[in-house]
Amino acid sequence: MAVEAKATSSAPRTPVWRDPAIRSLAIQALLLVVVLGAGWWLLDNTRQNLNRQGIASGFGFLDHTAGFAIVMHLIPYSEASSYGMALGVALINTLLVTSLGIFLATVIGFFVGVARLSSNWLVARLAAFYVEALRNVPLLLQIFFWYFAVLRALPPPRESVTLFGAFFLNLRGLYVPAPVAASGFGLVLLAGGVALVAALGLGLWARRRRVATGQDFPAAAVSLGLLIGLPLLVAAATGFPMSWELPALKGFNFQGGLVLIPEFVAMVLAISLYAAAYIAEIVRSGILAVNRGQTEASLALGLSPAQTLRLVVVPQALRVIVPPLTSQYLNILKNSSLAAAIAYPELVSVFAGTVLNQTGQAIEVMAITMAIYLSVSLAISAFMNWYNGRNALRER
Amino acid sequence: MTPATPSTGPAIQIIGMHKWYGDFHVLKDINLTVEKGERIVVCGPSGSGKSTMIRCINRLEEHQRGQIVVDGIELTSDLKRIDGIRREVGMVFQQFNLFPHLTVLENLCLAPIWVRHMPRPEAEALAMSYLERVRIPEQARKYPGQLSGGQQQRVAIARALCMNPRIMLFDEPTSALDPEMIKEVLDVMVSLAEDGMTMLCVTHEMGFARTVANRVVFMDQGEIVEAAAPEQFFNAPSSERTRQFLSQILH
Repeated sequence: MAVEAKATSSAPRTPVWRDPAIRSLAIQALLLVVVLGAGWWLLDNTRQNLNRQGIASGFGFLDHTAGFAIVMHLIPYSEASSYGMALGVALINTLLVTSLGIFLATVIGFFVGVARLSSNWLVARLAAFYVEALRNVPLLLQIFFWYFAVLRALPPPRESVTLFGAFFLNLRGLYVPAPVAASGFGLVLLAGGVALVAALGLGLWARRRRVATGQDFPAAAVSLGLLIGLPLLVAAATGFPMSWELPALKGFNFQGGLVLIPEFVAMVLAISLYAAAYIAEIVRSGILAVNRGQTEASLALGLSPAQTLRLVVVPQALRVIVPPLTSQYLNILKNSSLAAAIAYPELVSVFAGTVLNQTGQAIEVMAITMAIYLSVSLAISAFMNWYNGRNALRER
Repeated sequence: MTPATPSTGPAIQIIGMHKWYGDFHVLKDINLTVEKGERIVVCGPSGSGKSTMIRCINRLEEHQRGQIVVDGIELTSDLKRIDGIRREVGMVFQQFNLFPHLTVLENLCLAPIWVRHMPRPEAEALAMSYLERVRIPEQARKYPGQLSGGQQQRVAIARALCMNPRIMLFDEPTSALDPEMIKEVLDVMVSLAEDGMTMLCVTHEMGFARTVANRVVFMDQGEIVEAAAPEQFFNAPSSERTRQFLSQILH
């Protein structure tokens, strides 16, 4: 030690500009100054320009009356509602398409990905064709395809495809009866809630029993019976305290009932089928990344091919699948903004479109829209990273 | 612990089996009968088809001609028969192939729970008894990646034993191990042999072959060249190819 210390002290002093620690500190300080300077310049410039053009700034406009209607709103909304409400409606519509798209794309993608690895020649070819066809055509074109080529081909309202005199399918959308609650309907809803909780509990219990005693329990069938039977039973006991509001043709279009608008259907179809093609490839690569020996060991133990996939291969493939899957989920969220092209009332078309045009407050509107996309994206990423962390392998 | 319905007759019977990979004829007219309780060591140069042969016995590889009868059941493409045979035949691989996402205990319990429909507490007790048998009960809660190669291979043997197989296949179980770990795995295999397990073992451990095997089978270029008791195999091999092979591995 003494010798080393002496050697160090006798070495020539390092000049400041060759010391890596000081160098990196200096570069970081310089970068900070540049970023802060640029940010201040941008803000100052913007403020001066806005003042000169006499444009109001601030977020007060969110309370003003919007004055335009939105075809699809899941929360109460009318022309008299505020811009803030319009933002809420648009955000919900975006989240609806995104979450439905993520769910469907994951399910379809998973099946297609597994099917592409099938030893059945036809199944594998079909899956390969699906992937190549859907991921090689632009998403916008696919949205147009579903909207203009498929759904626009439906008949006009007067010639609707009718089922039981209660369901109507035409180019304005799918009209279904809406339940109207009478007094005592709360009990039926409550029964539905109880049945749902019971079914979930039953699923967990059956799994635990399967593991503890080795006996199977038909949890799915019993749950289904519970979910349908219990509310029906309560409804019968209370004398069916609800009525159905049937859609009816009034003038040129149907009134009443619930409507699934074609823009929504086209958007969900296009985005989930498109993303499913990518997810299928991600799933396929994930499964291929699991060593062949794992499958062999599992089969040699007597596990069936399906059990091998579920208990051995997929849990390991998930480690490879989840990170690129996260990117796909984020793409679904961001691509949902393409719905603006077919006038589906989502965030970009309503808020960054109509609201921006009416108020002219570009900076605030853009800032809010970007902040929303950013925070939803970060929430998805955070969840997926947490999930991936749970699947990490322990090696030491 | 005792097999449910032991059939009379041999444990494994291979009659006139052939296998091709495309145009390549990997196994040529294989005939081999393994009696119950018999220990057979298969050796031969790499690429001679020894692994392929034992992998045909539990259908990890498919044979194209000839017959394989395992414990009285002929192996066909009937999925139920394949499942039945796989349940009764344990296999240990060169690369261990433990499931890295499961703990040692979960690795051992997986097949008893999902294939034998055994309650978990019972499966865990069974797993612990086999972990004690391979002398690593203290590693039960660890993951395979946290164990040494020798420990992993002993876990793999215990995992196969948990299905209570009547026949054990070993595919070069010590070839991926560091020299000092080979002995701990061989010791487990020797004790299995002493308990009367029917074993078919591809290995280059000639010491093991000498002390444990009832017969040594020598394969070359997809054919069984010689099958003899170890005494005769090592001291007076009848074929020139066997002599050549032995002179290369017994320095």
